[in-house]
Amino acid sequence: MKEFAGSTGLVLNEPLLFEKGKKGRSAISLPRRDVEFSELDETLTGSGPNFPDLSEVEVVRHYTRLSTWNFGVDTGMYPLGSCTMKYNPKTNEKQAALPGFAGAHPLLPAGLSQGALKVMFELERLLAEITGMDAVSLQPAAGAHGEFAGMLVFHAYHKSKGSRRSKIIVPDTAHGTNPASAALCGYSPVNVKSNERGVLSADTIAGVMDDETAGIMVTNPNTLGFFEDNIKEIAEIVHAKGGLVYADGANMNAMLGIVSMGEVGIDVLHLNLHKTFSTPHGGGGPGAGPICVRKHLEPFLPVPRILEDNGEYYLSYDFPSSIGKLHAFYGNSGIIVRAYSYILSLGPGLKKVSQLAVLNANYIKEKLKDTLHLAYDRPCMHECVFSDKLQAPLKITTLDMVKRLIDYGFHPPTIYFPLVVHGAIMIEPTETECKEDLDLFVEAFKEVVREAGEDPERLYNAPWRPKVRRLDETSAARNPRLTY
Amino acid sequence: MRYLPHTEEDIAEMLQVTGASSLDDLFSSIPEDCRRKTDLGLPGPVTEWELNDIMAALAQSMAVAPQYKVFLGAGSYEHHIPATVSYLLGRSEFSTSYTPYQPEISQGTLQALFEYQTFAAFLLGMDVANASLYDGASALAEALLMAARVSRLKKVAVSNLIHPLYRRVVRTYLEPAGFEIVELPFSADGRTDLSKLESTEGLGAVAIQSPNFFGCIENLGAVGNLTRDTQTLFITSFTEPLAYGLFKSPGSQGADISCGEGQSFGIPQSYGGPTLGMLACLKRYVRSMPGRLVGMTEDKEGKRGFVLTLATREQHIRREKATSNICTNSGLCAVTAAMYMASLGGSGTRELARLNYDKSEYLKRELRKAGFKIPFAAATFNEFVVEFPPGFEAVYQRLIDRKVVAGLPLAPYYPRIPNHYLLCVTETKTKKDIDALVSQLKG
Amino acid sequence: MKEISELLTPHDIGYTRDHEWARLDGEIIRIGVTDYAQDQLGDIVFVEAPEPGKILKKGEECGTLESVKAVAEVYMPVSGEITGVNTALEESPGLVNTAPYTDGWIADVKPSNLSEMEGLMAHDAYLEMLKGMKE
Repeated sequence: MKEFAGSTGLVLNEPLLFEKGKKGRSAISLPRRDVEFSELDETLTGSGPNFPDLSEVEVVRHYTRLSTWNFGVDTGMYPLGSCTMKYNPKTNEKQAALPGFAGAHPLLPAGLSQGALKVMFELERLLAEITGMDAVSLQPAAGAHGEFAGMLVFHAYHKSKGSRRSKIIVPDTAHGTNPASAALCGYSPVNVKSNERGVLSADTIAGVMDDETAGIMVTNPNTLGFFEDNIKEIAEIVHAKGGLVYADGANMNAMLGIVSMGEVGIDVLHLNLHKTFSTPHGGGGPGAGPICVRKHLEPFLPVPRILEDNGEYYLSYDFPSSIGKLHAFYGNSGIIVRAYSYILSLGPGLKKVSQLAVLNANYIKEKLKDTLHLAYDRPCMHECVFSDKLQAPLKITTLDMVKRLIDYGFHPPTIYFPLVVHGAIMIEPTETECKEDLDLFVEAFKEVVREAGEDPERLYNAPWRPKVRRLDETSAARNPRLTY
Repeated sequence: MRYLPHTEEDIAEMLQVTGASSLDDLFSSIPEDCRRKTDLGLPGPVTEWELNDIMAALAQSMAVAPQYKVFLGAGSYEHHIPATVSYLLGRSEFSTSYTPYQPEISQGTLQALFEYQTFAAFLLGMDVANASLYDGASALAEALLMAARVSRLKKVAVSNLIHPLYRRVVRTYLEPAGFEIVELPFSADGRTDLSKLESTEGLGAVAIQSPNFFGCIENLGAVGNLTRDTQTLFITSFTEPLAYGLFKSPGSQGADISCGEGQSFGIPQSYGGPTLGMLACLKRYVRSMPGRLVGMTEDKEGKRGFVLTLATREQHIRREKATSNICTNSGLCAVTAAMYMASLGGSGTRELARLNYDKSEYLKRELRKAGFKIPFAAATFNEFVVEFPPGFEAVYQRLIDRKVVAGLPLAPYYPRIPNHYLLCVTETKTKKDIDALVSQLKG
Repeated sequence: MKEISELLTPHDIGYTRDHEWARLDGEIIRIGVTDYAQDQLGDIVFVEAPEPGKILKKGEECGTLESVKAVAEVYMPVSGEITGVNTALEESPGLVNTAPYTDGWIADVKPSNLSEMEGLMAHDAYLEMLKGMKE
């Protein structure tokens, strides 16, 4: 019997911080008091927050124990589709932690911040080269923030043309942030269906594109893992009616050195540095979502822009057509430093990243297609989508299967997305997984499916091994307890 | 390349399984006219050791402690970060995990965020806090959008003493949605002039920052009295939450929503990001909140556990009707802030806040003694405005040459008050540093 | 998920294509969602009911049902004025799951056009529709 990673072991309980501590304890070294107490208006003062007082050991043990309850990329394979959970290089952390970067105030005069400004200026250029676009803003703090920026660019562009547009085309495979971001600019989504091959047909777009439509939001490759091969024609149709094409670049990990987005008709694209460019996901953030635009849209980019004059870098707010500002300062500089380090470390080898990401996904697709129902039997890009159709007669769902997969030592893939596949299982291994781990993953899934037939209780009540079993999400929503 | 484990044999074996003849062939489904014609024109690759040298050289050019004494606040604050916090964040189970959608294997992140929510709610005197937004500026924009949803009114009053860059972000978010923004001017004492507030009808929200951009403590209670039992929601904003270790919490002053920047709590300044957007509110508004929320619950065996909850507010379910488009947030920064607040404790928070106040008051007193003008009379926390004599720019530049940044010139933000500078003193400055600054300013 | 044969489909009500039901009781029409709807949604955690006094047309959105992972709009099966809502759902939204046709009712409507009741599907037609959907 193969030895899977999921095992048993002693994991320790740990109460909430508010259930610990004793008044007077401290986990901090207070700086020396070398000034007197000054007069203080007592009518303004409060009693301070009711935080517990803890010792340093208590704090360190608390978070050390909590960390052992988590599964991260450093723990094991994390094949979440469209999230690109690739390995997060540790040297990137070292660079971001350099005091010159970590300790820098954003409002320092330009002359005192050349290093940070140069990193941002250079990264803009590198991302423009990688995407085939002309100008970049690193200001958005996440992909959805970038999408909002993109929608604002659309809005500003159409306003500049004196054109009032109220709608935007959104494919049925789109991530939820797409229509949500469009709505922030007052656009109503026009939902279109993908065809039987899992991509958009040019005819479908032609059927809805008109003078009131601002444009289209595509994801390429899309969330089914397919390259939108009609993209050039679709872009022409949209442009012909004065619209713009927005690309959600979440799946860029399949495209590095393969496709230049600027050459296939994309006008605005956002990237996720915490996906494609290896910065850590942090348990939900922070990330960064730069936007890249074609030349004619450059005037609308958020301010400030980073400019260069004779080797000196500086910030400028002098862009009257700019959509404005989305972040207090310039974006997530610490994340930018990490992505910059990654790109320098790989260089043109970024192409190999995409090749291996796509190889890994196709390998898994071939190995699992007899075990799980493959939604579309075609070569995929960096992710593949299965469903629970074959297991339905056994009354086993996608949820049951992936919860049992946890016991085998794997993080579940993305489930129930995209919405167009009922019971979807979206698997994106990324390029940093080796063949042995892919084989173990396939083996584990096959075991789970075998168990589904022989002993379904193992799945219905899974997972068995983690610190907690399945949680009551219904009560949590009916009677929310959000504070201690 | 050390991040790519495939050997040539691996690749050959795997290609066979996929049926592709080469790595290039894997992309044959992409039309020829969509394929890149040129290779990626990128520098590198560099070795780890070359990268160290490149980045070290870039970092060296930055003006940071200890070589420089930087007396800047204005939305980004220098505070000592305990070694324990940096160390604990190095546990990659926190940093390399994803959003805790599979709660059984994310209890570490979930409990840490629940604790953060509790810390934030306690600090601000509110009922509920979310698990983070991007930063203080976008948090304020989201708070205003939230207030408009609740009140169904798109007219809001915003104090001119809210951080100018925050107001810029607010305008970017609110203008495409057709909001009317009423500006509240400031008074001679350095606080917001509330008189317009009483006479303006149909307001969905009023937003005041305290301590405000001039560092002054606002009369939040007065605003709370005006908005209580009306349709207008009272939003307080902040850039320096440590102030609430000393001053009355927004919740105690009648705030409906309190939002701002949490960077002061153990998060490195990092040239402006990533930082921590905080947002907290009264229980009755919870279903209108943007951002993720962690709730306490039990598992099937009755053991306590935590889950993301009230997800139907969010974009992945509600799509265009969501309370926000936010997906990725600033979760790791929220965990950082919780670690820091846990380290400070209630006692430490009060002591550290008091120390910040006293250090800043010391500089204020010494500057007055040296003949410099402190134009605003209102109480301040750890930053305040000084009015220097005309021609001060030359002195300011001289101090920079001596590796001292003597505050932020306010002229670009408030052109009608020239020669005003915003100076910040935190616990990171010694009495010696402060004395040296005063002496250098005297010339 | 229940099989079609397991679903409750009372005979004394009219059904809509969107899985709402309407029952005439004297002058008032009581409305709710069907067993199929609650089964599809899963445990209901929150009900957003229409405001009493509001006048809505047949087919207009009058509320939402939230489960842990989904939201569904409720549409008016008939036109009229909302005269009352089931306040028990505030504390116990799960009544929609356990008793969709009785204690889990959503709102009462004073109909503006009683003949609209005839336009609704009867028990047999609704069952046929459900069978057609499963295929």
